[in-house]
Amino acid sequence: MNLALAVLVDGVVYSSWLFLIAAGLTLIYGVMKILNMAHGSFYAIGAYSGASLIGVYFAGGNPPWASYLLLVGAALVAGLIVGLLIERGFLRFMYGRDEVVMILVTYGILLILEDAIKLLWGVDPYFAYQPYTLLGRTKIGGLSFANYDFMLICVTALVALVLWWSLNRTRSGKILQSVIHDREMAGALGVNVTKIFTITFVIGAFLGAFAGALTAPGISVVPGIGIEVIILAFAVVVIGGLGSVGGAFVGALIVGLSRALSVHLYPDGELFVIYGVMGLVLAFRPQGLFAIAGARKI
Amino acid sequence: MLKTISKMAVYGAVAFGALTATAQAADEYKLGLVTFLSGGAAGPFGVPAKNGADLLVDALNAGTVPAPYNKVGINGVKINPVYVDEAGGATKQVSEYRNLVERQGVNAVVGYISSGDCLAVPGVAEEMKKVTVLFDCGTPRVFEEADYKFVFRTAATATMDNVGAARYIAEKVGGLASVSGINQNYSFGHDSWNDFTTSLEQIKKGVDVSTKQFPKIYAGQYGAEVSALMVNPAEVVHSSFWGGDMEAFLLQGAARGLFEDQKVLLTCGESALYKFADNFPEGAIVGARGPNGVFAPKSELNDWFVKEYEARYGTKPTYPVYHMVQAIMGLKLATEKAAANAGEIPTDEAVAGAFEYLEFDSPAGKIAMTNGNGHQAVQEMVFGQVSKENGEVVMKDVVRYAPSCVNPPNGVKAADWIASGFEGAVCN
Amino acid sequence: MLSKNQIFVVAAAALMILAGLVMPYWFSFLVTVALAKGLVVLGLVILMRAGLVSFGQGLYYCAGAYAVGAFSDYFQTDNVLLLVLVAIVCGLVISSIVGLLLSRYRDIFFAMFSMAFSMILYGVLVKSAALGSSDGFNVTKPSLFGWAAEFNGTNLLSYWVAIILACVAGAIIWRYMRSPMGMTGEAIRENEIRVEYLGVSVQKIIYIKYIIAAVLASVGGSITAMTVGHIDPEMAYWTTSGEFVFIALMAGTGHVAAPLIGAVIFELMRTFAFQLSPYTWQMILGIALLSIIIFLPNGLWSLTDKFKKGAN
Repeated sequence: MNLALAVLVDGVVYSSWLFLIAAGLTLIYGVMKILNMAHGSFYAIGAYSGASLIGVYFAGGNPPWASYLLLVGAALVAGLIVGLLIERGFLRFMYGRDEVVMILVTYGILLILEDAIKLLWGVDPYFAYQPYTLLGRTKIGGLSFANYDFMLICVTALVALVLWWSLNRTRSGKILQSVIHDREMAGALGVNVTKIFTITFVIGAFLGAFAGALTAPGISVVPGIGIEVIILAFAVVVIGGLGSVGGAFVGALIVGLSRALSVHLYPDGELFVIYGVMGLVLAFRPQGLFAIAGARKI
Repeated sequence: MLKTISKMAVYGAVAFGALTATAQAADEYKLGLVTFLSGGAAGPFGVPAKNGADLLVDALNAGTVPAPYNKVGINGVKINPVYVDEAGGATKQVSEYRNLVERQGVNAVVGYISSGDCLAVPGVAEEMKKVTVLFDCGTPRVFEEADYKFVFRTAATATMDNVGAARYIAEKVGGLASVSGINQNYSFGHDSWNDFTTSLEQIKKGVDVSTKQFPKIYAGQYGAEVSALMVNPAEVVHSSFWGGDMEAFLLQGAARGLFEDQKVLLTCGESALYKFADNFPEGAIVGARGPNGVFAPKSELNDWFVKEYEARYGTKPTYPVYHMVQAIMGLKLATEKAAANAGEIPTDEAVAGAFEYLEFDSPAGKIAMTNGNGHQAVQEMVFGQVSKENGEVVMKDVVRYAPSCVNPPNGVKAADWIASGFEGAVCN
Repeated sequence: MLSKNQIFVVAAAALMILAGLVMPYWFSFLVTVALAKGLVVLGLVILMRAGLVSFGQGLYYCAGAYAVGAFSDYFQTDNVLLLVLVAIVCGLVISSIVGLLLSRYRDIFFAMFSMAFSMILYGVLVKSAALGSSDGFNVTKPSLFGWAAEFNGTNLLSYWVAIILACVAGAIIWRYMRSPMGMTGEAIRENEIRVEYLGVSVQKIIYIKYIIAAVLASVGGSITAMTVGHIDPEMAYWTTSGEFVFIALMAGTGHVAAPLIGAVIFELMRTFAFQLSPYTWQMILGIALLSIIIFLPNGLWSLTDKFKKGAN
């Protein structure tokens, strides 16, 4: 009983973390067909911005509750700046290249950003643990869990809901969907695809930075954290079906729960879980779980 | 086609010649220094070690280090450090090692934090006959699997961390009935856990292992692992985590109260003791991979070193700094011992000969190159428990283990030695 | 009968072999490792010409290296011919099984699935204490029936082997690319369904290409193992595979020589970035990569066209 509960809570917490990271990645892919390696850097930049601001904020003796808003603000500003800078300043000149070339382009950006982060923030760890410990903990069935993690689940649910709603229930969301399904046709019908690209990329960058900023309180922000999450996010997105936000949601849940199960029952398998799950899903659903159907070119 | 390629070759050759034409001044001692300058190991290990090297090299060149290191530079020749990032894995490091020696013409190489690099580099060091001092890596395999002439390691192996850890908890933790472990899923983590559990079996029979977790290195999220540790409680949680992983684990564990009824044992804990002081749980058992940092024996040399380091970098030196500094000091002494006259740089053969079985004083006390046929240092091992007094971290219940108590004798493999019940160990 | 180009290749190879005696050792080492990687990239290029990008060539690179390491350790042999053969067989066996599954996949799914396989090998090796876990283990230096080709204390055998293997592989692949089956690759990239309608089994052709690429990758791995003298699971990690894709795109897929030369340039670029800027070499590498993509969209090899235009 205890075990099942632990698996469930741990799995869902991990899943929501995964989804936060993967959401921006899959959105950018869906609209722009760019598998954005630099998404890891957005995550790292969000984490660094959040952690360094929180550090300054608490050193100033300010009211603690506002630190959560500060995290969101930090992500918003960081995502906006980096997203705009990269899309307007660089990526827009590269559109139309091969998908693989675009992966390499974003890999180049990742390399540059990794060192830029190091030059900006140094290599020493940043901590922003106050928001994490502030909320205390709850005991469920004899096990304590951090309330911050429950908040993370709620935030993720909210993000998923907002994304779903704005994609499916708003006018601009439907325009976005039309671009996802057929870029050329949407353009021909008068959709300003360039503008949509910019907005999508900035939103994606914000989501990446947001994931980083929300993760920062529970970890130590150090060089290289961005690279570590890329493959995790890729796997989640591929399992769910590239470009599908709902797919990423389900993919994150599957990976998160299987990982928790493995940690509790078979710790040695932890390293394989994500690739095993990805292999299994791809073996039976070669396009991922919720791939958007595309016409075959004849 | 033919023309094109030959043309390209000519351009290539010109560019190549321009790049490799680096000047070789005879009046300096070029010291190759390899540590992590990027990635997750840069913050806790690589950059502090580089800072330590910078400090010591400057002080040596100025001649301000206390005796017996008061000679300028190395044997009167000023040191010119050349840094290389250790990132990128063993293949790249072997390649960069050759470049350091051949292209940059270094007189010696001090470096390597990763055990994989420490296993890969000695082969090429022997081939190039260049004195090489491994400064921080922990694996005992380096001198167990091969004999080297030009390769030395001035820090003790990681064996003593975990033998010492097992001895310490057997002695200091009352009612010890079970242990659990959380270690990174790579060699250092596996070896640490193995050494720890096999040692514990020898020292205190009947201690159960309640769970062992091996999350991926740099995973950062330990929610499920913390739950697993809570579902299977033990008296002591063993961990060889370091850097961001250790800090994240401590944060996430503390937020859920893991350390309130289980004692955590961190073999590399000291490396985050100052930056992370607020979040170390009270009573955490901490090691420093030797008598480093807070555990350094009192000496004039250490007082000088700590004072200088704090003045320059605003924080106390941690164990990687000690490891780096003692490596350069050992190299300096060996070189000076081998030299006939001041101001000359002796041959690598002579330095290697002088380095064997060298004993010297460092900020971390006495270093004795007694293992690996005179190439591998042994040191004492120290463990203590974190306690906070007026916001300051102090160590209580400190226990020191003599080198012969936690290191195998020369020529005996660490694993065999532990399995034999520490045959020949002399403890005080 | 040898064509002008073939004579040129043989002459260039002979020159490189002789140059090994006089060039600085660090350079011959760099060329050896670069050619080893170049062979892996050559295989990747074959797949890329068919529109498939593998992010998992590290699987065979690593498997080839470990096959050499394990075989030489177990049978106490350092015969270079035998060791390369073992690597080839190893690559052949694994790829003919894995390829059955992977040849059904395209695009990013092929990339990710191939990466999953190489990461699983990585995980298995990290878990294998007997193989040194993540630290790996040392591999003996090769010899040719006891002859180690020692000159001034440096072992040139692996350098020579790398040159010869690169030329042989290059020549074979050059022929293959011009064969009907090789040509079909581009047709598949352009339109797979039309190829099927022409009565060709696309899956079979991709399967064969996959096996060729795998064998080349394991040969590359075997050379690396013998040259570096140390192997570790990092060789199967996704960053290693990513580096191969990096080199392939940087070099261009226009010619079989492109990946080999591109790999040497890449290694040179990286080692000098390391030397000039130990703290920010990634940034230099990133800028170089982006510059190549912007200014030479078809890779470094497209420079040769510019040279040709200049020469005429």
